[in-house]
Amino acid sequence: MPVASLGTLAPLGTRPTPATSGEQGASPVEVPAAVVTGSGDGTSAGGAPSTGGPAVPGGGSGGAGSGGSSGGGASGDGRSGGVGRGRRSSGRRFDLAERWTRPVLAVCALVPLLALVAVVTALLVKAWPVIAYNGFGFFTHVAWRPGSQYAQPVVTGGVAHPPGASFGALPLIAGTVESSFIALVLAVPIAIGTALVVVEKLPPRLSGAIGLCLEVLAGVPSVVIGLWGALALGPFLSHHVSPFIAGHVPDVPVLRFLKGSPGYGEGLFTSGVVLAVMILPIIAATTRDLLRQVPRDAVDGAVALGMTEAEALRAVTLPWVRTGIVGASVLGLGRALGETMAVAMVSGAVLGAVPHNLYQTMTTIAATIVSQLDSAFTDATGFFLRTLAEAGLVLVVITLLVNVGARMLVRRVASTALPVGRGI
Amino acid sequence: MTEDGQGPAVPKHGAVVGVAERRSRPVGPDTVALRSRARRRRADATVWVLSSAALLLVVVPVVWILVSVVGKALAHWDWRVLTTTTVGSQGGLSNAIVGSAVIVAVVLLVGGTIGVGAGVYLAEYGGPRRSSLLRGASEVLSGVPSIVLGYVGYTALVVAFHWGFSLAAAAIVLTILVLPYIVKATEIALAQVPTSYREGATALGFSSGRVLRTAVLRPAIPGIATGLIVAVAIALGETAPLLYTAGWSDSMPTAHLLHAPIGYLPYAVWTFYQEPSAAAHALSHDAAFLLILLIVALIVLSRVVVARSQRYAPGRAQRHRRRRRAGPAAAPSTSGPGASVAPRPR
Repeated sequence: MPVASLGTLAPLGTRPTPATSGEQGASPVEVPAAVVTGSGDGTSAGGAPSTGGPAVPGGGSGGAGSGGSSGGGASGDGRSGGVGRGRRSSGRRFDLAERWTRPVLAVCALVPLLALVAVVTALLVKAWPVIAYNGFGFFTHVAWRPGSQYAQPVVTGGVAHPPGASFGALPLIAGTVESSFIALVLAVPIAIGTALVVVEKLPPRLSGAIGLCLEVLAGVPSVVIGLWGALALGPFLSHHVSPFIAGHVPDVPVLRFLKGSPGYGEGLFTSGVVLAVMILPIIAATTRDLLRQVPRDAVDGAVALGMTEAEALRAVTLPWVRTGIVGASVLGLGRALGETMAVAMVSGAVLGAVPHNLYQTMTTIAATIVSQLDSAFTDATGFFLRTLAEAGLVLVVITLLVNVGARMLVRRVASTALPVGRGI
Repeated sequence: MTEDGQGPAVPKHGAVVGVAERRSRPVGPDTVALRSRARRRRADATVWVLSSAALLLVVVPVVWILVSVVGKALAHWDWRVLTTTTVGSQGGLSNAIVGSAVIVAVVLLVGGTIGVGAGVYLAEYGGPRRSSLLRGASEVLSGVPSIVLGYVGYTALVVAFHWGFSLAAAAIVLTILVLPYIVKATEIALAQVPTSYREGATALGFSSGRVLRTAVLRPAIPGIATGLIVAVAIALGETAPLLYTAGWSDSMPTAHLLHAPIGYLPYAVWTFYQEPSAAAHALSHDAAFLLILLIVALIVLSRVVVARSQRYAPGRAQRHRRRRRAGPAAAPSTSGPGASVAPRPR
């Protein structure tokens, strides 16, 4: 049947004559099937039923899937209306799917928004009564006293709490910000340097290996990195690195923070380094992808004008990607602020004390929540639990500000989307 | 000629700053120019030496983590860890392994369905304004710390709803955690399907749902699969949200969704490392080793998916070939936005 070949070979724009319209019903399957075979994975190629279509007309329209057996009969008879009927009936079969696809997908798309609202609402509801009670002092004073659990609860300002209960989140907030700051200071230069070497110097095979390293680093669970930090990194730092830094830093106002007893490997410094290791892959991978988008010609032009590679880097490449790097760094900061397990394992988890030097034990908001949630439930009045909700709310506000800021910053120059969260 | 030509010529160019401008002062002939050139070359070398050092500082922690954890686990490795359940803080990890598998499977099923659906909606159906609102919500959700999700899961699902430590609570919290990754991966994968595919299929008379299924979703499968793999990796390794939702159980997981605590590998790492006994430490290391093994397997899997999709995609194969002909000097520009979720090809 000559129309069969015509149906498959006819360009998309040609109007079918009545005689060929019977085949037109089969051809729509033909082309997308080829598309799928060519572009999809290997398994879908075998599954497409209509590949044998053009050779045997009956098989072709039978393979249409939508037409089914009636379509096959129709095209065999050359009755164009038959295919139309077949397609309409198949249309009815898919009608339900057609009509429900969009709303169902819309509901799916609403889930993240609803989850976000639910989480924030739950936190707010839990924390609301104690926000007023704790007042602004929550952010400024140092205390972590759950109060006497066995005494009769006291009611102050409508809030029941154990006598003597007093919470100040200053150590937690300070610990969170300080450890994340250290992580950022350590990670950003290393990440940028790595990305530069990977993009500019390394052969593809090696840069692929480094990419694998970054992926592994991003993929290793935080609890495993915490284990490494507690068992290997912490002792190493306290034996070899901390004494060196403490011994060589001049005793001047700001740098005095770096002086002091090196401790035992649990504390601010170890937490900062562990966090740096965790946010390295995010910043490095994003920077690398940004660097790869810098137009080659601009850099080559600068080099042709007599610049060294490093000068071209400073004059052309880095300005091109600066905002993106800042965005990636802030995103890394967001991750460091919210990191829980690794910090809980290496910070020493000391409540109610702000570290006075780099090597003292500390805690963060996230680590406190994970380590205190158990004991919070022993408080029958729920005051402790609600206070943890308030701490969580503070953490959410900080991380969300940082995250949204990073995304807005990058979106302004957006050619690369920022990775979500961990950015594997 | 070349020696003089390099220095003074540069500052005329607008884009050039700093180093070159400083030398635009009239300088004596060769000697000064040579000295400054040596300095510039030194600066160049310094930059690359420092960058290489930075590269080393990335590689060293990775190797260190792998070697220290894997080494500690292999030192006392016993295959019975895989087949016996935990007893107190010793024994094996089979309950945790199966529990992790169950949790991940449920998360993959629920989160995968919702996430892919949401991604498809954002890419294909939602208008620009609605999409950007929903996308923004998803991105903000990805920034919420996992322990906060765990806290809410505990107070709301476990306590307020009286679900107890349960698979359902754990799966819901983890699903919320990984949703943004799946949504993003799906959306990017769909965005990379050429518009001509849609146009072609539509012009051939396909209904919109059919266009979506055949011409749009299938080419996007590798991208979506990579996103799902990322989600599995995250679900496998998360600890903080599970501690207070899944609880922990020494016995094998049951078929109950509610009121049945369930074991999982990260718990073993976190809890047993804090206990004093050597047997508990051994279990902790074993669990960490297994987690690393699984993560590496997932990374390899995602690379296989990407490699396969590149081998079979006609357009990409051409680009690939062209790049190879151009040699490694031509920086691969295939990254696009998809690179953030899908691992790089090379």
